[in-house]
Amino acid sequence: MKTFKYLFLMLFALSLLQNCNSNKKANSDNDLVYQCPMDCENGKTYKESGTCPICKMDLQPLAQLSKSVLDDNEGITDASIFNLTSQWHTEEGESIQLKDLKGKTLVVVMIYTSCKAACPRLVADMRHIEADIPDGKLKDIQFVFVSIDPENDFPERLKAFAKENFMDEEHWTFLQGTKSGLREFANVLSVKYKEISPIDFSHSNIISVFDAQGELKFQQEGLGVDNTQTVATILDVTP
Amino acid sequence: MKKIAFCFLLSLLMFQPVVLHAQSQTEEAMVYIKGSRYLPLYGRDSTVVEVKDFKMDVYPVTNTQFEAFVKKYPEWQKSKAIKLFVDTSYLSNWKNDFELKDSEQPNSPVTYVSWFAAKAYCECQDKRLPTVDEWEYVAMADETTKDARIKPSYNEKILSWYEAPRSNENSIGLNPKNYWGVYDLHGLVWEWTLDFNSVLITGESRKDVDKDSDLFCGSAAINATDLMNYAAFMRYAIRGSLKAKYSMKNLGFRCVKDINEKTNENF
Repeated sequence: MKTFKYLFLMLFALSLLQNCNSNKKANSDNDLVYQCPMDCENGKTYKESGTCPICKMDLQPLAQLSKSVLDDNEGITDASIFNLTSQWHTEEGESIQLKDLKGKTLVVVMIYTSCKAACPRLVADMRHIEADIPDGKLKDIQFVFVSIDPENDFPERLKAFAKENFMDEEHWTFLQGTKSGLREFANVLSVKYKEISPIDFSHSNIISVFDAQGELKFQQEGLGVDNTQTVATILDVTP
Repeated sequence: MKKIAFCFLLSLLMFQPVVLHAQSQTEEAMVYIKGSRYLPLYGRDSTVVEVKDFKMDVYPVTNTQFEAFVKKYPEWQKSKAIKLFVDTSYLSNWKNDFELKDSEQPNSPVTYVSWFAAKAYCECQDKRLPTVDEWEYVAMADETTKDARIKPSYNEKILSWYEAPRSNENSIGLNPKNYWGVYDLHGLVWEWTLDFNSVLITGESRKDVDKDSDLFCGSAAINATDLMNYAAFMRYAIRGSLKAKYSMKNLGFRCVKDINEKTNENF
């Protein structure tokens, strides 16, 4: 009978809870930021004290700046993609969050496996970039293909695609997300995409490079473009 | 047994007002939109799209409402929102985390918000942002007709607003409500849409004319259906030029809700 009562209370408590996921706790640290007392630059802040470049008044310390927002995200800055909490499936069927990829340079592209137009060329671009990386560095780099067709690109299909394209080694990863997680991720990359029929999508052709902390370092836009700068950035951010 | 019944009654009494109150707050300012099929300016394969039944906020979200939101969810306060989700002009018409600048009106639509912030606001109320197709569907109505796009007066009115400066400083609800009972879709601010990034026009004519453009895969499939609808074309062009962390002086948002709860997950 008691359990019955508790159950009841629990149910009520649950129904009152916000379904919004607000597990992001501001982790205030002691970094002070400074701002012009006249706010000449529309809320612009400075890391160090000094004078405002416009009205020449002394900058004043402002509220404390919060750097990392997730409890278990040590060393992740607020520009990092590892702040995203969406769930993904890999081609091996594992369930991961983006921060599970932390620690390696990430080279990311968005494609879908049934694509006949640009995707094979994007895949080729990724392969060319990989070929330009010295073998010794490959263990610190992850090449990630994110599917924009999560309703069809299940892990099995992604795995088959990986095998077909001889991209089944450790350093290739294929991800299937949820519709909302995917849209959020695409927006972080500024990738545009649109379903034009159940099996066809339009999408931007962008290859993005993130450092080991998940900060965006470089984006290569277009197909078959010169990838020298992309490779240079990858080598630059990979220790 | 009596005890259980008593507990039950007590809890009902205690919680009912809360539950009812919360419900009325999110429900009262929404209207029912009966879905249908229509031909948008940029559709899928340039054909009709289907919009399902849904509910839409009558007004855009105001400064006051957004202030209540950042009090409850500190991670979206002006000084705390992370760089991944907002640019430097986020809430730049606010004095600090909780106060508007003196020049701003509490009852004006909230602007200088990023797509991420708008999306979070709606999700925290168990709503979501409208899709481009949904927004355009409701916005093609004038005061009396569901689809007023053929009326010259409809386009003229919208275009005259596009020429009017600083309309974002007005209060919500001053424009006449449309057929559905929705205010301010035109005449106040531009609004974020959930899938704004599905608009694949770059806004740069040199890139857009080339159907074989290397920037987009399958770009030949995206053609406008009615080039006379200049106002709509401008909206799509703005959407095409936005990035999700941008915040702009004249860009706000409103939320919608699915009639069938389950489909919320899909977006």
